Amino acid sequence: MALAAGFADPVFQSQATFRAVAAAMAEPGHAVALAAGLVPPAGLLATTAAVLLTLVDFETTVWLDDRLARTPEVADWLRFHTGCRITRDTDAADFAVIAEAGEMPPFSHFPQGTAEYPDRSATLVVEVEAMTAAAGQLLTGPGIEGAARFAAIPLPDGFWHAWQENHAAFPLGIDLVFCSPDAVAGLPRSTRPIREG
Amino acid sequence: MSAGAYNFAYLDEQTKRMIRRAILKAIAIPGYQVPFASREMPMPYGWGTGGVQVTAAIIGPDDVLKVIDQGSDDTTNAVSIRGFFVKTSGVATTTRTDAATVIQTRHRIPETPLAAGQILVYQVPIPEPLRFLEPRETETRTMHALEEYGLMHVKLYEDIARHGHIATTYAYPVKVAGRYVMDPSPTPKFDNPKMHRSPALQLFGAGREKRIYAIPPHTDVVSLDFEDHPFSVQEFDAPCALCGAEGVFLDEVIVDDAGGRMFVCSDSDHCEERRAAGHEGTLAGAPAWSGAAAAAATEDAS
Repeated sequence: MALAAGFADPVFQSQATFRAVAAAMAEPGHAVALAAGLVPPAGLLATTAAVLLTLVDFETTVWLDDRLARTPEVADWLRFHTGCRITRDTDAADFAVIAEAGEMPPFSHFPQGTAEYPDRSATLVVEVEAMTAAAGQLLTGPGIEGAARFAAIPLPDGFWHAWQENHAAFPLGIDLVFCSPDAVAGLPRSTRPIREG
Repeated sequence: MSAGAYNFAYLDEQTKRMIRRAILKAIAIPGYQVPFASREMPMPYGWGTGGVQVTAAIIGPDDVLKVIDQGSDDTTNAVSIRGFFVKTSGVATTTRTDAATVIQTRHRIPETPLAAGQILVYQVPIPEPLRFLEPRETETRTMHALEEYGLMHVKLYEDIARHGHIATTYAYPVKVAGRYVMDPSPTPKFDNPKMHRSPALQLFGAGREKRIYAIPPHTDVVSLDFEDHPFSVQEFDAPCALCGAEGVFLDEVIVDDAGGRMFVCSDSDHCEERRAAGHEGTLAGAPAWSGAAAAAATEDAS
């Protein structure tokens, strides 16, 4: 089977994708529209594919979740277009791509960075069906004016409790990029979930 | 140089990806200095190679770029960096703060308040706020890891013991989001309050020292001080001599060899816009300072 194509215009499409991801990270929980403009390999959303083409290359190691690992087109496509290393070892991941958000491994299984180099930590790219700021978990922290709500579907039970633990380890921890079919949202480790009621 | 022979915005795509990954980690860990593989740029270290690399990694064809050097759009460093991006990326440029999407700055924050969606890129010479107190990188890295910032307070205290007040006037250390002590680059401390909860994204690039750091929008940025010696900014006795602005940062300009001087806005765009709107300072009508029309009139008279 033929490989899916990458960006038709790598320079400008990756620049636009990066700015969307950067805006999402700089304003946690705010869904930033992203028109990926590419046909992804089977099993990946176009937005996820665009984010990976923008950030991944031969210097990075990518972990694929079970569903993606069962789809050889994804690893073949990533290797061909980016030259990245693919791993099944969560400890080795610079980026982790998670297609089944409900089944994601505990955050603590991924590199958390070190006290001296907290940037040496994983970024999780998590595919979801939908995101909204109209309801959901109340969040605060850098990038958020006051507080903001955010919900993504689907998320595993206990996600926000796990996120609280991830945040509590600041400046260590993982960062998360949600990809829906038409948008990206960021959840950096600096974002704190507010317990209500 | 044929700009067509270079990639958009000069840097190759792999370098941009590396810088972009560093920027995302910098945003996620506000105030922490992320190491990056700084490249050789076609300008010497000290001319803003860090800021130029950050700008080159983020800028796109829809952006409008403003470049300032000590607040001014028309000094050498600003003109040459603006020219660099015009040549290598063809993006639109402006001198107006409110019309820019990306502002690269050397040592000032514009007087016009920044808006959400704007990105301010700082050129940073020495990113490590503790460097002049502890020269070893291994030690300063440990100090950041342990949040051990007592030495910085000792330094500020020694200022008070020696001068009666905190004598640090630029590169005044700040604490970002309650965790990392950060060097805001050699901006006057006058600009420190503008960093606090700014709606704009602030990115810092140090080319020679190979560090990138960031302040996301709406983030607490607190200047270090003591309860009995609270942080305060510079105050000026007189308004800008050209536009009459008060509450702005002023530059001293020597006007003759007899000790004459004037104080004018450091932010040249802010000053020009105020004069265009009809604001006048005490020296606004003086022939030497009223611009090209006055110069022409002087020539006619002679």
